[in-house]
Amino acid sequence: MQEESVFFVRGEMINPRSAPSSQSGAVKWLRDNLFSGWMNSILTVLGFAFVVYVIHESLPWLMNGVWRANSLAECRAIIEASAGPGAEGACWALIRERWHQFLFGFYPPEEYWRPVLAFALMFVALAPVLYSDNRRSMLIMVGGVGVLLFLAMIALDGSVGHIAFTVVVMAAMLALAYAAPSKLFWVTLLFPAIGFYLLWGGSVWGPIGALVGFGIVAAAYMLLQNRLGVVVSTGLGFVLACLWWLFVQTQVTTALHDAMPIGLPGVDSDQFGGFLLAFVIGVAAIAGSLPIGILLALGRRSDMLLVKTLCVGFIEFIRGVPLITMLFTASLLLQYFLPPQTNFDLILRVIILVTLFASAYIAEVIRGGLAALPRGQTEAADSLGLDYWQAQRLIIMPQALKISIPGIVSSFIGLFKDTTLVAFVGLFDPLQGITKIVRADINWKGVYWEPYLFVGAIFFVFCFGMSRYSMYLENKLKTDHR
Amino acid sequence: MAIASDAPKDGFRLSMLIYDTRFRSYTIQVIVLILVFLAVAWLADNTIKNLAAKDKDIEFGFLWNRAGYDIGQQLIPYTNDSTHFRAAVVGLLNTLVVAFFGCILATIIGVFAGVLRLSNNWLVARIMTVYVEVFRNVPLLLWIILAYTIFSETRPAPSDFRVTDAMIAEGVEPKASMYLWDSVAITNRASDIPAPLVSRPLGGFEIWGTYISFSVIAVIAVIIASVLGNRALQARAKAIQESTGVRPTTWWQSLLILFAPVVILLLAMGFHLEYPVLKGFNFQGGIAVAHSFTALVVALSLYTGAYIAEAVRAGVMAIARGQSEAAFALGLRPGRTMNLVILPQALRVIIPPLISQYLNLTKNTTLGIAVSYLDLKGTLGGITLNQTGRELECMLLMMLTYLALSLIISSLMNIYNTSMKLKER
Amino acid sequence: MADQTARKMEVSDEVAIQITNMNKWYGTFHVLRDIDMTVQRGERIVICGPSGSGKSTLIRCINRLEEHQQGHIIVDGTELTSDLKNIDKVRSEVGMVFQHFNLFPHLTILENLTLAPIWVRKTPKREAEEVAMHYLGKVKIPEQAHKYPGQLSGGQQQRVAIARSLCMKPRIMLFDEPTSALDPEMIKEVLDTMIELAEEGMTMLCVTHEMGFAQAVANRVIFMDQGQIVEQNEPKEFFNNPKSERTKLFLSQILGH
Repeated sequence: MQEESVFFVRGEMINPRSAPSSQSGAVKWLRDNLFSGWMNSILTVLGFAFVVYVIHESLPWLMNGVWRANSLAECRAIIEASAGPGAEGACWALIRERWHQFLFGFYPPEEYWRPVLAFALMFVALAPVLYSDNRRSMLIMVGGVGVLLFLAMIALDGSVGHIAFTVVVMAAMLALAYAAPSKLFWVTLLFPAIGFYLLWGGSVWGPIGALVGFGIVAAAYMLLQNRLGVVVSTGLGFVLACLWWLFVQTQVTTALHDAMPIGLPGVDSDQFGGFLLAFVIGVAAIAGSLPIGILLALGRRSDMLLVKTLCVGFIEFIRGVPLITMLFTASLLLQYFLPPQTNFDLILRVIILVTLFASAYIAEVIRGGLAALPRGQTEAADSLGLDYWQAQRLIIMPQALKISIPGIVSSFIGLFKDTTLVAFVGLFDPLQGITKIVRADINWKGVYWEPYLFVGAIFFVFCFGMSRYSMYLENKLKTDHR
Repeated sequence: MAIASDAPKDGFRLSMLIYDTRFRSYTIQVIVLILVFLAVAWLADNTIKNLAAKDKDIEFGFLWNRAGYDIGQQLIPYTNDSTHFRAAVVGLLNTLVVAFFGCILATIIGVFAGVLRLSNNWLVARIMTVYVEVFRNVPLLLWIILAYTIFSETRPAPSDFRVTDAMIAEGVEPKASMYLWDSVAITNRASDIPAPLVSRPLGGFEIWGTYISFSVIAVIAVIIASVLGNRALQARAKAIQESTGVRPTTWWQSLLILFAPVVILLLAMGFHLEYPVLKGFNFQGGIAVAHSFTALVVALSLYTGAYIAEAVRAGVMAIARGQSEAAFALGLRPGRTMNLVILPQALRVIIPPLISQYLNLTKNTTLGIAVSYLDLKGTLGGITLNQTGRELECMLLMMLTYLALSLIISSLMNIYNTSMKLKER
Repeated sequence: MADQTARKMEVSDEVAIQITNMNKWYGTFHVLRDIDMTVQRGERIVICGPSGSGKSTLIRCINRLEEHQQGHIIVDGTELTSDLKNIDKVRSEVGMVFQHFNLFPHLTILENLTLAPIWVRKTPKREAEEVAMHYLGKVKIPEQAHKYPGQLSGGQQQRVAIARSLCMKPRIMLFDEPTSALDPEMIKEVLDTMIELAEEGMTMLCVTHEMGFAQAVANRVIFMDQGQIVEQNEPKEFFNNPKSERTKLFLSQILGH
């Protein structure tokens, strides 16, 4: 038997060759992705038939759509005239006539620039939260929002004064983002007051008076925190602020208003409607629920039995009841729980209850974020001598909140969709409230696909966009700094 | 021996309430307790004052008064002479029945869509992605209202189903026709479906105004017995496999055990279907399912199905590819790999979000008021509340009922979770 | 302290840490049993022992990351009781380095270093940054100041963690297995930093299995098993002439190959 040597040395390296033709090209793609077996082939045929059916049914309807008409009957006449008798088509003329109601409800048309500006400023306020100190991203965001705002203003308004004012505001924001990106955080802090004032209008002194209350809290915290600790100083500041809000503010603001009556025309709450209302409730509730949610999440992780029990009880109660019951609580019961003769706005009451509702869900999201942090972070903070609140504020929360952003966004998407339920307590949400009014109009009686498609498409664009953006953020966070 | 955490050396000082870890947490808890008491007292005081101002009190006696309104869909006998309490129970049952059918349908749709989304068929996966994204990103309320509008505004009136002799003579087709061999008619009023009836019932008894039929109980008992029997069969097959190594073929025995007893029982009782027939201006016979119910079930199950599809997909994807590769490397066939390796692990991941979707679906049944479906929210929290003006009592009862439902469902989830927890160190 | 020249490691008579009769339980499990230990200022002590022997728990008790149930721990004249003020005082005197570094991933290296001085010591930011840069230079990575921890290698991260503790100007340093999460080629750079620190006269307690380090730097090696101190001795004696059977077994296991 001849012995084979195991010795081998390659003399020349092999260059890569192209794959056989069955391994590439359209045929391979089709075979791999559509016809890889008899089961798959059947599925492909069925799926193809379904797509063809949907296109066959909807395409003529979409193509025959009519944009200019004054009533459904007119629409149908136009369609029959152009596409032959019996042809069906969409009547987009309805949207053309009523789009502003779907977007703004009964908000006075000459004031549309205010909610639009508030909407744009919301993104400016979000920029420092999303991009902490990345100046370039912030500039892109603020600039992009500014351009879009400008276009929207031209399309909407036409009043040169309003356009000039918004341009100046956005230019100022851009300058701020360029010169001092960290100062943009002040816009975030002030945005609730700015947004409220832009939307409701009225005397400028009211929101300023309310802000002074928060200033009192901040001042008490700054002055006393070193001596009394975080909780006591904040609590004391809060008590002082409450005194200010309850007993002093009204007199001061009335006096100031008499002396200097500056302000925008007031808009009543029952003029709010459509997507404007959905955004106001959704954004206010999420923003308000974040601090409450953080406290609830910390309470739920606390060692103190009583605190923990209270937090768990609150969270589980809220999560156990449907949102509608919370809304009815706002409209029917809240008046019982507050001092007699307190009577405030239904939108505000709804926002309060929706905030409480959202805070339970946000608390669970943040609890997830807290649980994902390694224990070592707390230990390291402890060993450096940071106290509980310092550790939470400087070490734990910045990380936990970052991890929770996707969860917070999906809570917001859920909440935004759920704002449609406010129709049941008599507010004009885009879906039930406005669509009902539109469909009750004698000119448009019998129309159903078009308004629902329109409203559904807007919801889809916002929710889908937000969920994609949060997925992008999630992926980015996975690679960032790790 | 010195015990550090006992006797403080220099006695008790007031500052220790704040600076001593032993007392600090008690101090905080006492303060929290006082604050909570104050808040509750303030709310209660306000409530009492407000009630006094409106000359109201809190009592639940109104539940036993005559309700005086009708409920379209009732699972237990109810007339407008019944009490508010009975109306609330009818509403609760309506909530439960929507939730029940919704959960089943949503699970079927969700599993189907989730699995297809994972398939390597490009077209089908894309279609399912579109389904999931469209339904998840548009409010549920829109789907409910749209489904209801389509049912009640696009369907023909019952009279359109009429076929007269003249029409037959002229060979004219009626404007609308029934589906499934003339057994189902969907009109603009309701969906009429065949009713299952038995000609030789086993009798029954009446409890709290509700007739409990022995026939139904018998069918349920036989089904349970069949399932248990099938389990015994599988256990025996497993025992044989373990002792001899060969698993006996059991599928035909399973089929026999599962279905034969029920079929025999139904035949013995004279089971038949009563078809809806057009009489006068409407369909008679069969069961008329209200469009509000159908629309609610369809919309809820499609909407929740999209979420379940995501949960299923995430569950299967969470099982590392390595698991199936390991199983293939051991020589298990794909079917066995799925059954023995992938599914047991994926289920662990899928079940918790699945149950929380059931929970959401149950809570979302309250949106039925958009289409005037009288569930618990519609009866107790709607008409009863408006008629009696007892907002506090009605809302309290309703919230507690929903809370109880949620707690029951989530405690089931917890039991499942603890029983399925992977044994890890 | 920063510009101190390297003294040749001398031990003063002053007591840095005094532990008497200390016991600790996790639930019903008795993790630390009758620990008695005195650490002089300037001493470098290496604690070793099999896993689960309580060595990490012991040093975590010294800055009260763990609470002891019986006995006394006096650090720098301050007894660790449930009094928060004492705990804060001890923690700002005692630096700690962890096995997994526990740097704050959302802050830059410089921010990691200045955080505690600014918030606990109330140092002005500029001053804190100067000190931080000084210590970063000392651990030989000043050029990384504006990076994030995730961008550094394990060895660099651990050196940053040491610098972070040093910025608080501690009088005692605790090391909890500082090298056991590191790749072999990075262990040396961390040990070099620690040796340098020891040469400057820092009081150090170090849980580690790096026997070379123990022989080079330590003036006492403590061997723990089952929650108690089994043997302690000078390094040379400890390694060449172990007395207890347990110590012999342990040494043969870690030095056996």
